[in-house]
Amino acid sequence: MAMGGGYPAIRTLGLGGLLVSFADRLSEPANRAALAFRAAVERETWPGVEETSTSLASVFLRFDPLSVAPADLRARLAALLERQDWYGAALPANRRRWRIPTVYGTDLAPQLEEAAAAAGMSVADAVAELSQATVRVLTIGFAPGQPYLGELPPAWDIPRQVALTRRVPEGALVVAIRQFVLFSAATPTGWRHIGQTAFRAFRPESEEPFPLRPGDELVFPAVSREAFEAIRAADASGDGGAVVEAIG
Amino acid sequence: MRELIVSRAGPAVTVQDTGRPGMLMQGLSRGGAADPVALAEGAALLGQAGDLAALEMAGFGGAFAVTEPARFALTGAPMRADIDGKAIAWSASHLIVPGQVLTVGGAERGAYGYLHLGGGIATEPVLGSRAAHLVAGIGAPVQAGARLPLGPDPRTEAGLILDVEDRFSGGMIRIVHSAQTALFAPEERERFEATEFTRDDRANRMGVRLTMAGAGFAADRQLSILSEVIVPGDIQVTGDGTPFVLLPECQTTGGYPRLGTVIPADLPAMAQAGPGARLRFRFVGFDEALEAERRHRMMLRDLPRRPRPAIRDPREIPDLLSYRLIDGMISAHDT
Repeated sequence: MAMGGGYPAIRTLGLGGLLVSFADRLSEPANRAALAFRAAVERETWPGVEETSTSLASVFLRFDPLSVAPADLRARLAALLERQDWYGAALPANRRRWRIPTVYGTDLAPQLEEAAAAAGMSVADAVAELSQATVRVLTIGFAPGQPYLGELPPAWDIPRQVALTRRVPEGALVVAIRQFVLFSAATPTGWRHIGQTAFRAFRPESEEPFPLRPGDELVFPAVSREAFEAIRAADASGDGGAVVEAIG
Repeated sequence: MRELIVSRAGPAVTVQDTGRPGMLMQGLSRGGAADPVALAEGAALLGQAGDLAALEMAGFGGAFAVTEPARFALTGAPMRADIDGKAIAWSASHLIVPGQVLTVGGAERGAYGYLHLGGGIATEPVLGSRAAHLVAGIGAPVQAGARLPLGPDPRTEAGLILDVEDRFSGGMIRIVHSAQTALFAPEERERFEATEFTRDDRANRMGVRLTMAGAGFAADRQLSILSEVIVPGDIQVTGDGTPFVLLPECQTTGGYPRLGTVIPADLPAMAQAGPGARLRFRFVGFDEALEAERRHRMMLRDLPRRPRPAIRDPREIPDLLSYRLIDGMISAHDT
């Protein structure tokens, strides 16, 4: 079951947390492993475990360290890891594909040129590549409903910037390390802001507050500033002009 | 309808309770009161459940009135407080009647003061909690002119006081190793423990920025590590080497390396370190951290038994003769 390089690995995260990591960098199998292993941990319903979640290539367990010994929980996790080849697990069921209209660059997304330069291509080539890429929701995190999306072509393996940008708005499409993030709230970030959408990934007032799920596919087709403003003005749902279809 | 009328409010007054645990998978951090001990102290002073909502006042309070007589308690960072100009005790419960004005000023020490009402603040819950989570766009700061509904309050006792230890002035904070501690060389970790930090003015419910003399702290592979789950108390080091201690409203995942995690028992003191407070950090082993957690929970369990009647100066009691001096809250010994 081992993938080598010391993975999967179980480490502590604070006093009441354990982290099961499947890789130290993002890969398709490691992401599948995290999603499937978390589902398996949930099915176990171990006493003392209060919450589980996934990030890109890991599963987190929050537990009460006074009601379950961390060493016991670690042993249970190790045994569960041995049960199957998690890296070969299937994607979650009921996935969907979303096409979300996006303005690249302009004053709405002022770091497109900088990001294209970091990726070693012209702005036109950057827009062509980014607007045609199909990416998958690898995990929901950082902020409510907010997807980490990947993987982008290898040229987009650009680092985060050293300093934080003080604030990017809700709906911002940002890029780093072969991933997009579609921001669900205005926030400071170290990722570069290259596109702007009118999509709301968190809708606290809605029946479905978190529209995106791990495994969903997303495409960000380029639209003009004028088309985007028209979409934004007309949109009441939070979909921002997105077209959605089931992909199984 | 029983309401709290807010006639003036500081810039960062929000409704808070114990937050929304269990939504990490959806990317929503727990949030809730920055100082959960202060929330529990208010519940103890009013003799009510610990999950009722209160007003959290960051740095500065406001002016408040009520539509019907109400009990209230003030806890957390000590702030100047008075009713119609007459000073009242902090970490204590009181009564207010319609027509009176409760004024809460700036924090004398610490960062977050709390105003608790008998019956709690009964605004409409969102995703199972009344807590504002500003980063997530849930709720908003309380503004002047707001009228906040109050829950029913079956109890009547007030005039109690709670002795609290000073957790509002910084000091030594205990931390444990975290998943990424090993990315920092042993010399960097030692330098971190040897450094005296100042709580920067840039601090909010997401986290506290630390400033220090000397160079920033560097990890291996600082800018390209995989985004990983974050827990409150994590000490995140950004690309320029600046440490941030993350608080209840932090993001749920992040890609900056984390040097360690503040133990839950010391997190209230971390959140309450006011502007300019000095802080130091010390790594402790898991056994010591678990023992601290045990003691912390014992302290919380014991809180409801600790409020005691306030000692009052008889010259400040206008109708002394109407008090029964033999029993009740005012005893001959107290006065």
